[in-house]
Formats: sequence, C-alpha cells, structure tokens
Amino acid sequence: MVFGCHPQQRRSAVARIAAVSPLFGCGCAGRQSALDTAGSEADATSLLFWVLVGTGALIWVAVVGLLVYAIRDRRPTWSEDAAGKLILWAGPVFSSTVLFGLLTYALWLMPGLRPATDGALRIEITGSQFWWRVVYHRSAKPPAISANEVRLPVGEPVEFVLRSDDVVHSFWIPSLGGKMDMIPGRTNTLSVLANRAGTYRGACAEFCGTSHALMAFSAVAMMPEDFDRWLATQSRRPASAAAPGQDLFLRHGCGSCHRIDGTEAHGSVGPDLSHLGARETVGAGILPNTEEAIARFISEPDVLKPGTRMPSFRMLPPEEISAIANYLKGLK
Amino acid sequence: MRTLLPRPRPSGPESLWTLFTAPIVWAAHFLICYLSVAVYCAKQERFSIGFDVLRVAVGIATAFALVAILVSAWLAWRQWGFGAHDPPHDEPTQHDRTLFQGFATLLLSGLSFIAVVFVALPVLFMTECLR
Repeated sequence: MVFGCHPQQRRSAVARIAAVSPLFGCGCAGRQSALDTAGSEADATSLLFWVLVGTGALIWVAVVGLLVYAIRDRRPTWSEDAAGKLILWAGPVFSSTVLFGLLTYALWLMPGLRPATDGALRIEITGSQFWWRVVYHRSAKPPAISANEVRLPVGEPVEFVLRSDDVVHSFWIPSLGGKMDMIPGRTNTLSVLANRAGTYRGACAEFCGTSHALMAFSAVAMMPEDFDRWLATQSRRPASAAAPGQDLFLRHGCGSCHRIDGTEAHGSVGPDLSHLGARETVGAGILPNTEEAIARFISEPDVLKPGTRMPSFRMLPPEEISAIANYLKGLK
Repeated sequence: MRTLLPRPRPSGPESLWTLFTAPIVWAAHFLICYLSVAVYCAKQERFSIGFDVLRVAVGIATAFALVAILVSAWLAWRQWGFGAHDPPHDEPTQHDRTLFQGFATLLLSGLSFIAVVFVALPVLFMTECLR
C-alpha cells in the first residue's frame, strides 16, 4: 500500500490512543507520522511536541479558568494592589519564565538531533523535479547509485548529505528524523538513527513545482546484516538475462536519460534504473512497483506526474511498452 | 502682548535618548552575536580560533550588554522616583512627563534584558557551527 494508514504499525502508546478516532488515528499513526516514531531523532522531536502541547494546554486551561472567574457575577472585589500583582506575576514574569524554560529545553535537544557521525554510512541525496538521486558511500567500498528509495541499517547513525539540482526541496522522513532543506548551491547534512526496522514514507516538504505532492520515496530500515547484503547487490550489475525489452529500451533512446549498470544506458538526467525491479515503488513513491505500473509510467508520465521532464511514450505499440516494463521489472 | 519663546532642547532626564538606551543595547548585542557567528561559520578556515572562543566572546558581550541594561534600568528607576508614584502618569505636567518616561524606560529595560538573554542562550548549547 503506497498511501494511507497501516494499522499494523500502530505500536506506540500515543498512536494507540490516537487510533480511537479513525481520522485522528490516520494522522498520528502509520508510516509517515512524526508521532509514530522509529528513530532517535524523531523520538526527541516527538517528545518536544508533546511537551509543547502539554504546556500549551495547561496555559490554555489557566487562561480560560481566569476568564470564567472574571465573568462570574458574584466574585469578590480585588484591591488595585492585588490586581496589579496578579498582572505582574501572571503576565510578564510567568510568560518569560515559561518561554525561557521551553526555549532552553528545545536548544538543549538540538545538538542531539545532529550527532557527530564520523566514519558512518553517508548517503548523498540530490533533489530534482520530482525525484531523488541516492548515492551510498561506505568507506572502502565503491559508491552505490540508486533513486527514489532510501535504505538504512537499524542501530547505526547515518549521515545524509543533501543537495538540489534545480529548486529548493526539503528532505523529510517523519517517522525517522528531522526535516532539512535541499538548497541549490548548498550542501546540508542531517543525521538519522533508525531504531525499528520497517518501511516508512519520506516526502518533499517544500513546495517545488506542479508535482511537489508526488515527490515521495520509501525509507526502508533494515537489520544491519540484511542492509550489508542488500548494499552489496547494489554495487553489482543487475541480474537480468538479455531480454527483448533491453533492445527496445536502448533503441528508443531511454538510455540518454537513464542509467542501467552494465548496458550502454549512461544517462543521468533521470533516475538510475539499475535495480528498479527491487524497489518498493515506481515514479518516486506514487505507484506500486508492478509491471503494469511501470508500463503506465512509460506511456503517460505527463499524466501521472504533471511537469515531469520525461516525455510520454504513448506513441509506442503497447507490446513494446510491456516488453520494456518487463525488462525493467526484472532488474534486481 | 505675550510672545512664545522657543523652549530650550530637553536634556538630562527629559531627553528621549535614555528611553532608547536599553533597546539600542539589545539591537547592538543581537547584531554582534549573529554577525560574528555567521561570519565565523561561513569563513571558518580563515580563523585560527575555535568555536569555543567565539562562544566565550559572545558570553562577554552578553555580560556587558546586561550590565548596560541594568544601569539603564537603575537610572529609569531613579527617574520614576524609586516606585513612589503609581501610574498612570497622564497629567499634562512636567512632573508626570518625567515619571511616565522613567516608567516606560524601566519597562523597556526589562524587555531588553529578557531579549538579550534569549538571544545569547543558543551559544550555551551549540558547540560547533553545524550542531
């Protein structure tokens, strides 16, 4: 399931309480919720949120209580001196103290949200309209190129190096960690420590064009040994027997924009398709990864993702599109 | 026939400059903190000092700013008659104008004091440019 709530992932107590109301539950639980956390940075942010909500609620109750007291008919008359003291203590003194406390708490949290990750796995992400280029760097190993999907090991800090090719994007996996802008000409970093295996949804969190809402990705937190095994497969050429789809893929010029390791396709304008068949989704999080979905994306990318730079190939015979889709689905 | 003579320019306690002292200290402190940290972090390789030195410098600037604001507050407190007169000071007299200005200066000093503390607070926790 690409969108929506995943009831099986409602694990935290907060999410369980929130799940009492179906609509509210959808907002608080699931694989794209900053309140249903699976990473240490997201835990800290979530706790900050609840502290702020709790403090805000207490202040609201106190202010409404005072209001109710003030509009009562039979309230005792306060002396001017007592009223002045109430204004002084409940006004500037209380407000400043609460703000000081909350600001100190938030600032104290900040260094922990970006811990030093020297020597850790480094994942370089570049945002483009409307997809994500992903390159894995691990010391003493060749970089592995991927797109529109991020995989990371559980229990190991990961440093994301964030850039943009065109306009401002923002990288955010709500369940795992904080949000960070991707600004053309700048390099920002973000660290994430996943502490629960699972598949989460990341999204672009800064309006970046017509298909901004269709620029998502899957974030898969895996056990370390599974991750190492998976990363090794990404550095290898895709296991795919020569298929008629490959010839068609090359003959129709797909290789000028896309790269497939071990073939003549070396393009870098669009996503790397070397291991497309093993990814969770197609089209940067908008379709399930099936042959039909791939064929549909080849045929009408302009309909599925308005504003995309990929031209439509609906002029090709359906059987050729199916053959290409079959070939791409087989790239694992 | 009465002639209106120009009044001499106000000076001393009547000058509005005392009213602005604390906010000006706040603004100057804000600029010193933000500019020094922004320039240091943008051109880090050109400086031989560490970030901790900058944090101490911001701390010293904060101490100076707070002392200046406290002095301003004490002068305002004095101008206000050490709290002997209750507001509102809304009579069109020289006495009420002086008291009003003293009270307003005192409130602005309080606001500026809190603002300077809030501006300086991040360097207590930030240990390097990125974290």
